[in-house]
Amino acid sequence: MSDVIDRPLRDDERPAASRLRIVDCDVHPSLHSHDDLNEFLPKRWQQHLKEYGSHLRTPYLFTTPYPRSSPLIARRDAWPPTGGPPGSDLAFMQKQHLDPLDVEFGILQVLDLFIFSQQNLEFGAAIQRAINDWQLAFWSHRDPRLKASILVGQDGVDLAIAEIERCAKTGEYIQINVSPRANEPLGRRRYWPIYERAQALDLPLGIHVGGYGGHAPTGGGWPSYYVEEHQSNAHTIAAQLASLVIEGVPERFPKLKIVFIEGGFGWIPSAVWRMDQHFERFRSEVPHLKRKPSEYVREHFWFTTQPIDEPDEARHLRALIEWVGIDRLLFSSDYPHWDFDDPRFAFKTPLTEAERKKIFSTNARAVYKF
Amino acid sequence: MARHIVASTSEIPPGGNKVVDVAGRDIVVFHVNGEFFALLNRCPHEGAPLEKAACVARLTSPEPGVYERSRVGEMLRCPWHGWEFDMRNGQSWFDPKRFKIRSYPVAVERGEELQKGPYVAETFPVHVEDSYVIVEV
Amino acid sequence: MAVTRIDCDIHPAVGGTRTTLLPYLSDHWKEQVVSRAIDGVDLTSYPPSMPLTGRADWRPANGTKPGSDLAMVQKGAFDQLGASHAILNVLYGAQAVFDSYMAADFCKAINDWIAAEWLSRDPRLRASIVVPMQAPDLAIEEIERRAGDSRFVSILVLAQGETLLGRRHFWPVYQLAEKYELPLAIHAGTQYRQAPSSAGWPSHRYEYYFVEAQAFQAQILSLIYEGVFGKYPNLKVVLMESGVSWLPAFMWRANKTWRGVRVEVPWVEREPAAIIRDNFRVTMQPFDAPGDARSVEEIIDQIGSEKMFLFASDYPHWQFDGDDPIPPHLPKSIIEKMCVDNPLETFPRLSLN
Ligand code: FES
Repeated sequence: MSDVIDRPLRDDERPAASRLRIVDCDVHPSLHSHDDLNEFLPKRWQQHLKEYGSHLRTPYLFTTPYPRSSPLIARRDAWPPTGGPPGSDLAFMQKQHLDPLDVEFGILQVLDLFIFSQQNLEFGAAIQRAINDWQLAFWSHRDPRLKASILVGQDGVDLAIAEIERCAKTGEYIQINVSPRANEPLGRRRYWPIYERAQALDLPLGIHVGGYGGHAPTGGGWPSYYVEEHQSNAHTIAAQLASLVIEGVPERFPKLKIVFIEGGFGWIPSAVWRMDQHFERFRSEVPHLKRKPSEYVREHFWFTTQPIDEPDEARHLRALIEWVGIDRLLFSSDYPHWDFDDPRFAFKTPLTEAERKKIFSTNARAVYKF
Repeated sequence: MARHIVASTSEIPPGGNKVVDVAGRDIVVFHVNGEFFALLNRCPHEGAPLEKAACVARLTSPEPGVYERSRVGEMLRCPWHGWEFDMRNGQSWFDPKRFKIRSYPVAVERGEELQKGPYVAETFPVHVEDSYVIVEV
Repeated sequence: MAVTRIDCDIHPAVGGTRTTLLPYLSDHWKEQVVSRAIDGVDLTSYPPSMPLTGRADWRPANGTKPGSDLAMVQKGAFDQLGASHAILNVLYGAQAVFDSYMAADFCKAINDWIAAEWLSRDPRLRASIVVPMQAPDLAIEEIERRAGDSRFVSILVLAQGETLLGRRHFWPVYQLAEKYELPLAIHAGTQYRQAPSSAGWPSHRYEYYFVEAQAFQAQILSLIYEGVFGKYPNLKVVLMESGVSWLPAFMWRANKTWRGVRVEVPWVEREPAAIIRDNFRVTMQPFDAPGDARSVEEIIDQIGSEKMFLFASDYPHWQFDGDDPIPPHLPKSIIEKMCVDNPLETFPRLSLN
């Protein structure tokens, strides 16, 4: 890391003066409380939520299986002065994040209520509907910079399709989100109807880390510590990339765009090399693939940048960016979570103005058509 | 280097801190275990405001499952990515030479002494009976 | 004599429990495997006819499993690929057996068979001890049994077992490994106890093979964060058939996460990358790199250690074509080290005489 900040801020780094005009592909809004959803959730499911709550494949009712490193995985400075959890107060989010960092568009990623992982699929679908409505009413309509995604649980494919159709009619959502941790890998054919709809509606598929699919976080079993589990997020994303590519999803849906969110990007080159390296050996198993995996990755997939990797040598980060390809990268901050990346300081290697523009804005604008 | 009067000692309760602007710098003054420490209010990593850091113990361990705590409250855990720093000298726990927060010398002095000057405290009323935190920048 | 070149990963094949291993089983298990037809415990990871499992020119003409014929292995690994010595790693299902007593007897039989029918017939061969990690106390018994035989140079476990390898119940195994200077060799392969990745069960072998690299990464984190190297600082861990090019980004991420979350594991006082460079080694097939010299050089530079690399062909697995197991474009200094110095340092029991 070359840029150790122990100097006063330069003028162009001062919040008010920074004119970055960024697209932030990962901003987390949060419910104040479950009551926020009442106006969007039928009585029957409000009652279910009160009586039974979430049913997830995880041991605890009220917290995550691996205790995080900060309360609600949030930056300690992100608790709104008005009360409520980090990310629950639009005015504070504007003041702390959107305005000073000049966020031109922020893409909302809702993780409340483990929305993708509910075992009761009807309950899950009701919550997804409510949260999809809440995103517009509480966020997008109040601040048009904030863009909503259609959240669906892919394990109830029919319910997911119905929700996609319902939301798409409004013309207000910019992508379809599914979970990287569900019953089966994303490439499996049971999920293809969702990709068919995404392609037909010309909406990118967004996949944000997290969720409880019931599988151990690593292929070697359950780790003991958050410090291990946190790193497994990138593994999940890499495994899903391989599943989608090797099952031939881009081959079958040639216009589909897929965005991986919060998986970082350090792992991408070696993952793609490994797939290519063994392609010839396994070709007879996957004759539906017409091209090398790397070619599908370079055309169909985008990756958000956070959490950014921090090699000791700046030139190594540079080599990494070149391997991945500058066109694949979309800036994301993960505000207000603890592993937030600040757009001014996160990239510890020099970028040209043109490169900055791509990563911080134009790549995302092209994918999402802003 | 000039000496700046930044607070009266009673203003910063034990375990608390105060952010002050000294010569155009955002400086945070902590009060812990009867001492005051002054550091630049920005993490050297990505710039998080250290006034929001958790003040924790220095944690070491001779072997798995054994947790040894010392200097309780004197380590800062950055409010963003959790890097730990020593309040006394700003050094990071994981690489003290390479990563540190700029720290500034601090003194506590009685008001009667201070009235003799010279100090940069034009806007700060100094009372003979109080004591004050002085930061050298 | 030809140049010294130690191949750290080749695979002899077990025909079956009722054939190859039968003479080496205890009387009880002899009767059991015959009367109950307990056989065919070949690992799902490596179907014998899958192209990766055996390169076409290394498959016996009679259709038996690649790696099952000593003369063929000698011809391939030594004459054709130019090794002067080679370490045998048996990938058979003993490690995946649920009954730990059956597992222990199968492991013992495999090790006896290797000693009698391979090591004793060719002084250039060495072997890893196959152990039943299902029951660490039984694994220890097996290690003690082999410790006096210096032809056994490491302890073989699978990348995907019942629990991650750093967990406390495995520590007595590592204590012994350190004592007898036996590195822990983690080889690709799975007991199929859980999905190969958190994404779930994939459709294809190709995907499975792909995600196995991640299991190695999880094992590294587990061994480091559980504190194994604080307890046993001289323990070496060899990653076999893990792929190599993922190391740099993996180490960056490990360092970054540790910096922020190390309070969970305060006994880990050094950066994970530094521990990886000191205590981990990696075999060089497959390498999983792009075809250009610049990228290969960059990867090596990013890994930042010349000590970590071990020459290996992965014979008879099909990782490359032709006669040269060394991945293209490796710097010369690395090649020299990985063929002799590094293996000798990693496997101290491996004397060349
Ligand atoms: S900003 Fe302080 S640790 Fe990253």
